[in-house]
Amino acid sequence: MPLYETVIIARQDVSTQQVETLTEQMSAFVTDGGGTIAKVEHWGLRNLAYKIKKNRKGHYVLLSIDSPAAAVKEMERNLLLHEDILRHMTLRVEELDENDSVMLQNRNARTSNRRDRDEDEKVAAPDVKAPVAAEAAAEEVPVAAEAVAEEAPAAEGEV
Amino acid sequence: MADTQRRPFFRRRKTCPFTGDGAPKIDYKDVKLLQRFVSERGKIMPSRITAVSAKKQRELATAIKRARNLALLPFIVR
Repeated sequence: MPLYETVIIARQDVSTQQVETLTEQMSAFVTDGGGTIAKVEHWGLRNLAYKIKKNRKGHYVLLSIDSPAAAVKEMERNLLLHEDILRHMTLRVEELDENDSVMLQNRNARTSNRRDRDEDEKVAAPDVKAPVAAEAAAEEVPVAAEAVAEEAPAAEGEV
Repeated sequence: MADTQRRPFFRRRKTCPFTGDGAPKIDYKDVKLLQRFVSERGKIMPSRITAVSAKKQRELATAIKRARNLALLPFIVR
């Protein structure tokens, strides 16, 4: 059976519990159609990059699906009909990633960093390294962008 | 050093950030990675600036467009 990945964005006013029941409803369409849900990932309430139907935030859910096409099609149809769902995207993938996706990995890394820092404070030995490292990571991205921008004219000259 | 002195406008061609060992996989979910290949206005950076290979640039473009559809990346930044 083909493998799919579906991302669902639900309305911001909906509670996390409701999102969970909603994903269960939707995965029921797949399981009824003879497929299996390999993984469910709740990314939680995230800021949207732009407003969708006057929503600034949305609950993101990722489903990894191994199912016949007809069942997925039926699920997609119901996703479109559901009012609490802002948007969804289903992709056919070559293989399903069993580990946490990048989205969850980043979040876990962040929370574990924070925990480390809390523990440091508890020990009352002010370890300066942890916060500095976090700042460095935050600065990394804009610096890279600048470096790229600087090289732009030179690269054009070369061409 | 000597090389750069002889040819002041010569700049070593950078290699593609997505080829070779330990290169990151292009994934529409990896917003942090994609953000590095998007300008401040939200446009996709040309590969002549980022040195991404043509094949990977196409892959990258679809990933960015998917992320845009899911509101993970903006279409435009005003």
